[in-house]
Amino acid sequence: MAEPLLKVSGLQTHFFTEEGVVKAVDGVDFEVHRGQVLGIVGESGCGKSVTTLSILRLVAAPQGRTVGGQILFKGQDLLKLPEAQMRGIRGNRIALISQDPLTSLNPVLTVGEQIMEAIILHQHVDRRTARKKAIAALEAVGIPSAASRIDEYPHQFSGGMRQRVVIAMALSCEPELLIADEPTTALDVTIQAQILALMDDIRRQREAAIILITHDLGVVAEMCDYVAVMYAGKVVEYSDVATIFANPKHPYTRGLLKSIPQLGEKKSRLVPIEGQPPSLALLPPGCAFAPRCTEYTRKCSQQMPLLEQIDTNHMVRCWVTAGQQDTPAPAGATR
Amino acid sequence: MTDKLLEVKDLKKHFPIHRGIVFRREVGAVKAVDGISFDVLKGETLGLVGESGCGKSTTGRLILRLIEPTSGSVRFGGTDLLPLKDRDMRPMRRRMQIVFQNPYGSLDPRMMVGDSIAEPLRVHKLMDGKQIQQRVKELLERVGMSPTYANRYPHEFSGGQRQRIGIARALAINPEFIVADEPVSALDVSVQAQVLNLLADLQDEFKLTYLFIAHNLATVQHISDRVAVMYLGKMVELASSDRLYAEPKHPYTQALLSAAPIADPTQRKRDRMLLQGDLPSPVNPPSGCRFHTRCPLVNEVSNNLCKTEDPPLGDLGGGHLVACHLHKVAPASHLLATVPRA
Ligand SMILES: Nc1ncnc2c1ncn2[C@@H]1O[C@H](COP(=O)(O)OP(=O)(O)O)[C@@H](O)[C@H]1O
Ligand SMILES: Nc1ncnc2c1ncn2[C@@H]1O[C@H](COP(=O)(O)OP(=O)(O)O)[C@@H](O)[C@H]1O
Ligand code: SF4
Ligand SMILES: [Mg+2]
Ligand SMILES: [Mg+2]
Repeated sequence: MAEPLLKVSGLQTHFFTEEGVVKAVDGVDFEVHRGQVLGIVGESGCGKSVTTLSILRLVAAPQGRTVGGQILFKGQDLLKLPEAQMRGIRGNRIALISQDPLTSLNPVLTVGEQIMEAIILHQHVDRRTARKKAIAALEAVGIPSAASRIDEYPHQFSGGMRQRVVIAMALSCEPELLIADEPTTALDVTIQAQILALMDDIRRQREAAIILITHDLGVVAEMCDYVAVMYAGKVVEYSDVATIFANPKHPYTRGLLKSIPQLGEKKSRLVPIEGQPPSLALLPPGCAFAPRCTEYTRKCSQQMPLLEQIDTNHMVRCWVTAGQQDTPAPAGATR
Repeated sequence: MTDKLLEVKDLKKHFPIHRGIVFRREVGAVKAVDGISFDVLKGETLGLVGESGCGKSTTGRLILRLIEPTSGSVRFGGTDLLPLKDRDMRPMRRRMQIVFQNPYGSLDPRMMVGDSIAEPLRVHKLMDGKQIQQRVKELLERVGMSPTYANRYPHEFSGGQRQRIGIARALAINPEFIVADEPVSALDVSVQAQVLNLLADLQDEFKLTYLFIAHNLATVQHISDRVAVMYLGKMVELASSDRLYAEPKHPYTQALLSAAPIADPTQRKRDRMLLQGDLPSPVNPPSGCRFHTRCPLVNEVSNNLCKTEDPPLGDLGGGHLVACHLHKVAPASHLLATVPRA
């Protein structure tokens, strides 16, 4: 396969707080290729957002610091770039769409002013051209009567339309990588479908790479080419989307797939993962999933397993299941 | 025939909108719930789905009389609740409880969880102090928590644990009927199944009847015997859970199901039925069928009927109710009195 657009390896970002060191990201590895969607899936607090902030080097200093790993963007390590050069990449070649569009929009400026500002900054054009481009950008993301709505303020848009504005803003500089952090979590399902369709168009028409962060396995299955499953700050499994669903290896991935109700399928009983996700400030030694794991052996709570390559495109972090021969997928994971 | 525990008829809630400070006047109303009728059978789970703002929570609150309706009737166990004075309502309240979505907001942060769970017992003066303590311990155990947690505060617990506490509190006075308003929506994926299983077990054990409100279709299908779909304050379809998912009849239900992502990459949907535009405002809902501004099938109906006439909720047979001009059906027989004649 061609060189990945983005290759993250061994990423570690920690927060040094009064309560101790919070290892928010502590072993994240994945690749993203042009024209593909990588899903990052995991429960709240597992380090998904901190991973994206680390890529953009926006982790809040001085508490938060990226203390290890590599982030190769077209072969260049972003962690080693001077801040001035990083500014040229941020919002320009790598753009971020966050869960709450309100946090990325300024409430006292019209959406037009905000998009134009981004266009002028990145494309060095005059205001009239910028305005034309901004209207075109709003039309491209499906905002009706863009030429008049461009002069409205963010609060005059519905949640779904606001998310479109943010996407238009992100796209206005034609980024090569779009990071979407739970872009539809706050939206209703019919609006979510519209936004996901839009992101799929972006991927196909612009050949952009997308990192899509979500906790919804349905969104992963519909949208992603590759998937990184995170648990307690670490990638525990990484593979192409078909393998993740048909032949999941990590007990956490398997557990997640068994615990969700599936539309159109009547299971009399769900199989939950017992227990709670751990606190990142009080992680036990060894595998963080050990207290909840059905495959637990003594070694699990003594030593942290490494992310091991078990197939061309399949990596797993587990003492027990990484070495196992392929077994038929667990009931409930496939049909 | 199974008994009806709850009968809701033509229920409406219009929240007035006021303008002006000195001369406060009513300038309109949010038609949050605008004439809905349905029954809940004893021992069943009726799911209530629809997008945010369509009136699900308001419906739940109206049934429990946590808010007063604008009009309509709610009968519980044969008794009409709405005319009841406080004193007569009290014994009825003992039979119905609610579990809220937000396990953070629904517990008083300054109260030990044992006291929160005991509160309904104290309000209804059902037991003395010793008995109450014993009951709290039983309840905590029943929802899968250690009885020693009674002396802790809500902030010491995770979301899933707090939702268990909320459920223990709802169970305290042995209700027959529980409105569960998005009880797992705020929980981590891996914890949702625990709480759903707990709710199912409690239903079996205590013969509970649920109104289960949620926006996640897969969750609702999983837990419900029958499912009702709401759109902008109206009920558009109601059927057994299996039938609704296998043969949705209302274009809105079809769109909802089509939009829901399926957690199986081999079933990727290539031709999704995408709805155009946003939800209209419940202050000025569209004329005729409220869904007509977004309905992909609006032109299939002749004479502009969708834009001019509100389709009645009709029975397709077998208790499959739908309100859509595409389906020429007899008005739902048991709701005859409340369905406007075309
Ligand atoms: N500024 C901060 N200071 C301390 N801890 C933080 C900070 N930001 C995030 N964290 C912690 O890092 C962990 C990962 O957070 P995040 O990446 O936001 O999770 P999510 O997967 O939900 O996006 C969480 O446990 C969170 O509490
Ligand atoms: N107390 C209130 N005052 C005014 N409007 C309200 C009130 N409660 C709810 N609404 C409005 O009623 C509509 C239905 O709300 P709700 O029942 O909470 O919907 P759902 O639970 O389906 O998301 C919404 O438009 C909401 O803004
Ligand atoms: S009544 Fe008309 S507008 Fe309403 S759902 Fe049916 S076809 Fe669509
Ligand atoms: Mg996040
Ligand atoms: Mg609600």
